[in-house]
Amino acid sequence: MIAEIGHFALILALGVALLQAVVPLWGARRNDPVLMGLAGPASVVQFLLVAVSFAALTHAYVVSDFSVMNVFSNSHTDKPLLYKVSGVWGNHEGSLLLWITILALFGLAVSLFGGNLPPGLKARALAVQAMITVGFLLFILFTSNPFERLDPPPINGQGLNPLLQDPGLAFHPPFLYLGYVGFSMAFSFAIAALIEGRVDAAWARWVRPWTLVAWVFLTCGIVLGSWWAYYELGWGGWWYWDPVENASFMPWLAGTALLHSAVVVEKRDALKSWTIFLAILAFGLSLLGTFLVRSGVITSVHAFASDPTRGVFILGLLVIAIGGSFALYAVRAPSLKTGGLFAPISREGALLLNNVLMATGAGTVLLGTLYPLFADAFDLGKVSVGPPFFNSVFVPLMVPMVLAMAAGPFMSWKRADLMGVLGRLKLVLGLAVVAAGVTWFLEGGTAGPWWAAGGIGLAVWLFLGTLAEWAERVRLFKAPAEALGRARRLPRAAWGMTLAHAGLALFIAGATASSAWKQESVQSQKVGEAVTVAGYTFTLTDVRDVQGPNYVASTGTFEVTRDGKPFATMTPAKRTYKMPPRPTTEAAIVGTFWGDVYAVVGDKDPDGGYVTRLYFNPLVPWMWMGALVMVIGGLVSLSDRRHRVGAPTRARAGAKTQPAKA
Amino acid sequence: MRRLFYLLPLVGFLALVAVFKWGLNHDPRLLPSMLIDRPVPEMSLAPLPGRPAESGLSTADLKGRVSLVNIYGSWCIACVQEHPYLMELKKAGITIHGIDWRDDPVEGAKWLKKHGDPYDRVGADPAPGRAAIDFGVTGAPETFVVDRNGVIRYKHIGPITPEVWKTVLGPIVQELSK
Repeated sequence: MIAEIGHFALILALGVALLQAVVPLWGARRNDPVLMGLAGPASVVQFLLVAVSFAALTHAYVVSDFSVMNVFSNSHTDKPLLYKVSGVWGNHEGSLLLWITILALFGLAVSLFGGNLPPGLKARALAVQAMITVGFLLFILFTSNPFERLDPPPINGQGLNPLLQDPGLAFHPPFLYLGYVGFSMAFSFAIAALIEGRVDAAWARWVRPWTLVAWVFLTCGIVLGSWWAYYELGWGGWWYWDPVENASFMPWLAGTALLHSAVVVEKRDALKSWTIFLAILAFGLSLLGTFLVRSGVITSVHAFASDPTRGVFILGLLVIAIGGSFALYAVRAPSLKTGGLFAPISREGALLLNNVLMATGAGTVLLGTLYPLFADAFDLGKVSVGPPFFNSVFVPLMVPMVLAMAAGPFMSWKRADLMGVLGRLKLVLGLAVVAAGVTWFLEGGTAGPWWAAGGIGLAVWLFLGTLAEWAERVRLFKAPAEALGRARRLPRAAWGMTLAHAGLALFIAGATASSAWKQESVQSQKVGEAVTVAGYTFTLTDVRDVQGPNYVASTGTFEVTRDGKPFATMTPAKRTYKMPPRPTTEAAIVGTFWGDVYAVVGDKDPDGGYVTRLYFNPLVPWMWMGALVMVIGGLVSLSDRRHRVGAPTRARAGAKTQPAKA
Repeated sequence: MRRLFYLLPLVGFLALVAVFKWGLNHDPRLLPSMLIDRPVPEMSLAPLPGRPAESGLSTADLKGRVSLVNIYGSWCIACVQEHPYLMELKKAGITIHGIDWRDDPVEGAKWLKKHGDPYDRVGADPAPGRAAIDFGVTGAPETFVVDRNGVIRYKHIGPITPEVWKTVLGPIVQELSK
């Protein structure tokens, strides 16, 4: 019964969404406040209906109602409660419902917090948001109904893929979707602006914080996924350039570019059509990711069951949403009025350079991801594009970007003095070169990979350059006594930038070190034997079977010493789940300042030893720390008073020095 | 000229869509079944316990007529789902052989007694499942279509439903039987 309520609520939501997609748009055209006003309540009702539906499916999972096909295929009574709930989105149908729920949630946010929006813009944006919802509701209702019944109901379910039964991955999809779908806000506002033919600072002030929200969630989602791959797949790697990873990385790149270009629209009234393009691109790439994962066009370890009907349907959605938007863009964008002009060497110029490199980066990732498909289509044979392609194309693109990243914030708007900026950065440049040189020396010249020294130098350049810009703003060296007060009065957005850029520097250092200097040892180890990796001695003292709620784990115990002193006791395990019967690896990781000590235990050999893999992964904790700092930077920037909802008008009224904008 | 520039995203996107449309009709997963159009791998599987010695499954048994080779196991839940339809196919005169995969053969035999036996011959392939590895089996249930000359012509992953039979497997078997 509850499942039917959920299904019915979805159908009702479709009706409401259809109404919301049409009536406010018409109202905005006729300038009729009543018709436009319908958008707000409609988005509230739509959200409530979708939420009921989501709750109904969650209920079916929690009580293990196996008469629902979706629950039977993805759940089992033995599963801990957390994974019963996360099982809701651990499959195609349920994750699609989560997608729609989040989409409706963002629509709700517009109607709740958008009180100060121009009514026409609000009505149009909500209508566009509802059009997306209509598309996805049709998709779920016609091809992927999560409430389908099974008669007679089986006694127990088939269980959830054990790899997905993990706290990191339980929360990975919701974060990822909050990010993906969050870009729908920027998209809806971009389309609304194209329909109106007007993009102004108010538009950018509304779009930027929502893009920032989406960006923060997407960053969290990607990092959670990467972290999961790091400790769960048991190979010590953290990024595989898998098509599905790329599908989340491309919108991230476009969204990051959008964040920066929206600043230019807001402050300088320039780069408007470019910003609109990025808004369409960011959400377009999110949709494309959805298509790639669910259509079976590309093989990937993450792919949901491939089904051509679904593929055709999403491709249709993609054509309407993205093709339609780009068509509208081609017609309307040329007539957008551009305000502030700027010289190539200026803050705007630096942000544009960042944008172009980010977008090109997204383009190369797209090319690499789809190349196997292109090659197949044009009969060039079956090929697979692996990490070497991405490392040799994407990474070099990011080098000039990071170089410009430290210098950009020093530049003034409109026209900047490059020599002057470099002059202020010469100490930082010197230190970065020294850091690279020291790295080179410590590596023993050509013994390590040649790029490692460059990577460390870049990280130092970005980190110190960012700190130097902050120090200059608060006049840390010129007037140290006032620095604290200045730092407190610094706009939160400026703090956000400093944190996010510094976080990226930490990340680059971690990524470089862990790729260049990973140490590993794979062997068959008998109980009592010791193996030394990077100065850590691992003695296998015990391997025993441990019973879990729905698995049996063969758990090894390593006593780890460093320089003869006890360091840690590590207990990696290999779990074999009962339903479905599949093994998973549970690595044991102990983090230190300089890196992760990482141990994995595998199968038993015929001669009584165990296959063990022992690693030292240098600076990996820096990567997670860097990502965390970036996310904190995003949150701090989000709390800036000019983004606080309702604040912009008041803030501007208070600031007399700022000329009022039309 | 400037207007044409703004058309570029649309043009690029439509080109992408054209490739996707093509890609949808080409399942990349067909690639890993390296054994398609190759002879059945050499095998000689023992019969299930309590059955006549000649009811096992070997490579030679797969020659002479078109047959299905179905991978099952008593532990496999989706096999229960597929099973009634296999019984129907047997009634319709389709030759189906079974491989009891990664299973205790005693359990495999019990399972057939309980649910009915749709198979002509059943070979036991207990863990680690050597024959199934040679076949390139990825899970159960899976079904291979083998032609008169003992050549594998198709591999279906997952349960056979009436729809799968009507749209995919049935037509292949019919074509091969001509």
